[in-house]
Amino acid sequence: MSIKKHVKLGLSALALSISFNSVAAEDPIKVGILHSLSGTMAISESTLKDTMLMLIEKQNEAGGVLGRQLEPVVVDPASNWPLFAEKARELLAKEEVDVIFGNWTSVSRKSVLPVVEELNGLLFYPVQYEGEESSENVFYTGAAPNQQAIPAVDYLMNDIGVERWVLAGTDYVYPRTTNKILETYLKDKGVAADDIMINYTPFGHSNWQAIVSDIKTFGNAGKKTAVVSTINGDANVPFYRELGNQGIDAADIPVVAFSVGEQELSGIDTGPLVGHLAAWNYFMSVDNDANYDFIDAWVEYTGNEEAVTNDPMEAHYIGFNMYIEAVKKAGTADVDAVKDAIIGVSVPNLTGGYATMMPNHHITKPVLIGEIQDNGQFSVVWETPSTVAGDAWSDFLPGSKDLISDWRKPLFCGNFNVVSGTCGGKSEVAAE
Amino acid sequence: MGIYRLLSHLLLACCLLWPGLALAQVEDTEAQQLLTALADSSFSEKKTVINRIAGSGDDRARYWLESFGANKLGRIEDSGQFIIVLSNRGRNWTVEDALTKENLGEISRRDIDTIRVNNALRNELEGILSVIDLKSPNEDQRLSAARALKGSVSGTLAERLPTLIDEEQSADVQAALTEALAIYQVEEQGDITAVATLSGSLNSEARAALQQAMRSDDPALAAAATKAMESIEQKLKLNRAAETLYFGLSLGSVLVLAAIGLAITFGVMGVINMAHGELIMLGAYTTWGMQQLLPGQPGLALMLSIPAGFLVSALAGIAIERTVIQHLKGRPLETLLATFGVSLILQQLVRTVISPLNRTVITPDWMSGSVMINEALSLTLNRLYVIGFALVVFAGLMLIMRKTRLGLDVRAVTQNRAMARSMGIKATKVDILTFGLGSGVAGLAGVALSQITNVGPNLGQSYIIDSFMVVVFGGVGNLWGTLLAGLSLGTINQLLEPWAGAVLAKILVLVLIILFIQKRPRGLFPQKGRAAEG
Repeated sequence: MSIKKHVKLGLSALALSISFNSVAAEDPIKVGILHSLSGTMAISESTLKDTMLMLIEKQNEAGGVLGRQLEPVVVDPASNWPLFAEKARELLAKEEVDVIFGNWTSVSRKSVLPVVEELNGLLFYPVQYEGEESSENVFYTGAAPNQQAIPAVDYLMNDIGVERWVLAGTDYVYPRTTNKILETYLKDKGVAADDIMINYTPFGHSNWQAIVSDIKTFGNAGKKTAVVSTINGDANVPFYRELGNQGIDAADIPVVAFSVGEQELSGIDTGPLVGHLAAWNYFMSVDNDANYDFIDAWVEYTGNEEAVTNDPMEAHYIGFNMYIEAVKKAGTADVDAVKDAIIGVSVPNLTGGYATMMPNHHITKPVLIGEIQDNGQFSVVWETPSTVAGDAWSDFLPGSKDLISDWRKPLFCGNFNVVSGTCGGKSEVAAE
Repeated sequence: MGIYRLLSHLLLACCLLWPGLALAQVEDTEAQQLLTALADSSFSEKKTVINRIAGSGDDRARYWLESFGANKLGRIEDSGQFIIVLSNRGRNWTVEDALTKENLGEISRRDIDTIRVNNALRNELEGILSVIDLKSPNEDQRLSAARALKGSVSGTLAERLPTLIDEEQSADVQAALTEALAIYQVEEQGDITAVATLSGSLNSEARAALQQAMRSDDPALAAAATKAMESIEQKLKLNRAAETLYFGLSLGSVLVLAAIGLAITFGVMGVINMAHGELIMLGAYTTWGMQQLLPGQPGLALMLSIPAGFLVSALAGIAIERTVIQHLKGRPLETLLATFGVSLILQQLVRTVISPLNRTVITPDWMSGSVMINEALSLTLNRLYVIGFALVVFAGLMLIMRKTRLGLDVRAVTQNRAMARSMGIKATKVDILTFGLGSGVAGLAGVALSQITNVGPNLGQSYIIDSFMVVVFGGVGNLWGTLLAGLSLGTINQLLEPWAGAVLAKILVLVLIILFIQKRPRGLFPQKGRAAEG
């Protein structure tokens, strides 16, 4: 009973992340949770922490894994990028966690990356990102650009007949890289440079009048126009409000967003936004029993009847289950053994299919396009016929199109150049 | 039994005599069939089905189509019964029967299949509904229907339009319909006489039609279209300039609102209050709190938030003044650090007590949307109200400072504290009231900002730098300077933004101010005479 007591104590004191020095063979498996609970990103990341706690609780109720319980260790990197690295070091070196689930922004992941590689940890990263990275120690359960941006652009081009493109984004690495990929992709498809407008705004931008008016003018040139939005965080709320106020209807100029999910929409009146689009790999409205069960569990766990689920939550759900399966398969929570065992592991996702961990540490995902509804939910209007495997290195950037990643032996390389036949060595190389 | 048979025959006869009556409601089996066809077909097939439903003559057709467009038409998974969703929030939805309109109570979302709709279909629906609306007795409804038709007139409708135009009573609706018809004629038939109708039109569909005509092979048509476009371009340029000015004024009035409280505490009293942004945040949260207290009445809550927001922030400001600032009089560096600490405390307080997540503040209906000046220029209403509000607050403050006893005392104390005290003015009391006034105005700014930006713990941070910028640029201690500085900085920013981008525009404005301060260290309107320090 003493172990159970320990776990209970640990759970109740997790905010303080008190560690226990049990010496028994059946130590709990320690799961580090590295999500901001304060600062600007708390809005998105704090729900992911709760998701992880819920998943761990459920797993423990079901008997844990290999007869061992799971113990969450929560730290707060406070939306402060350098602090992410410090907290990751604390988790790996001091708390000696077996695995970390965490990060949201790319810049925080980049800051954690060297620490996780140096101390040989495991990191599950649940958010859609710009790609151009593959690390031995990181598992990317969110979408790579080919699992979100490219299919969305294809949909607009082929199904809606869009000819003019506005690429609007927040000024940081994910939108800039994604837009670079999209720009090359569109030009490859024969879109003229005049028909592409690119715009960047700072984090938390709130004065959208001139930009929205520009988009309106740009869209009135007689060709069907769409906005591809990589605007991140709470800047979306005033952006959509301005769209509504200036009367930009989804039927005239649809906006397809890559960073707006159920969580972000729960902060606005979606009446004027009906019909605008988002591309994700999961929507809360997906009609599937596994999804309904997940929602029920989430509502019960949070005690909030209005609680919403979103794509990064599903990514953690998949990542967590993959980790459990890999530990079972390896028969141990040893990092190197799990790293080998997890490649090829398949677990059910919440949209009625399966997600498989690929050798490049990305997973297979379906791509869904949804239209915003007046209740803050999305209605799926298009989906890929089958799942798409994540591509670590984009085929549309000059520096990366020859690179592949395969973490199986004998190749065991994150950036193998198929033309020169050499491995770049480090986990990242500059794309330019 | 004979009588019943006779009656039923009579009824049958009536139905045959008035086919309209008989068709008013199609048989339920047929309705079921139509809706089943809608539910089971692909997006492209649904288009024909909705036209069939619209053509069925059933008086419930509009109700079905509207519900379908709003994604509210669904089917119960097991029984196949068609339903209309009345409330689609949470896990259980309130529904009614689509055929009988009988309320069926709450049903779990798991058991409902909503019939999916997309933008293309919604567009098609809008077209169908606006054709129906053209016959509506309500003039506004006819007008908006006629406007919606611009650019989406079909061949069959184009044939009927001339008679519809003739029969139309309202001149506005007539003009809109004529333009809609002309767009169709230019676009589809290359009709050169219709080009004249479009000349001077600011409608974007009309421009698209003209642009297409400009590329036409017929030189006469292309020339006429080019000429029409030139006059439009001229008009558009004017409208765009007016729009930029409006954007500048609206951003400027936000800056003025945020800075004017600071103009009192920093400008007049000389206290560097880094927690000023958090006082704005408190005002915004008061609006949110009011709306929570008065659910369903966002407009009333917003009006009540004006005095409430003032009070909350004023009290918070007075508390800060009493506990921190008064002990640090004349030590600006310490004041700066201490108030910065206070600002962090207030932020974290809101995070822990309320939530780290942004709160939804509802915009009342009368503040949503825009007023249309013409088809190329519309002014967004929420911004218009904020401009008005900023001017009212400014005028109010001016009155207080110039015409009241408090204003006189404040001016006296700031100009020469010792002298004022010897004249019997209670300097401490004046300090408290002045700081309360400045803080309260910050609260008012928060109430206004809750309508145009996110209400969250970080709200204040995004405005504190801008506020100091405006006050310094305008000249410390001068309210007129703050007004002019805010409005001009807003306008400059909006002028730069289209060609420099939002990030660079901000930087440029900052560089501009630095250069300006080098030249004139005391801002636009420096204080002169004895009031000026040292």
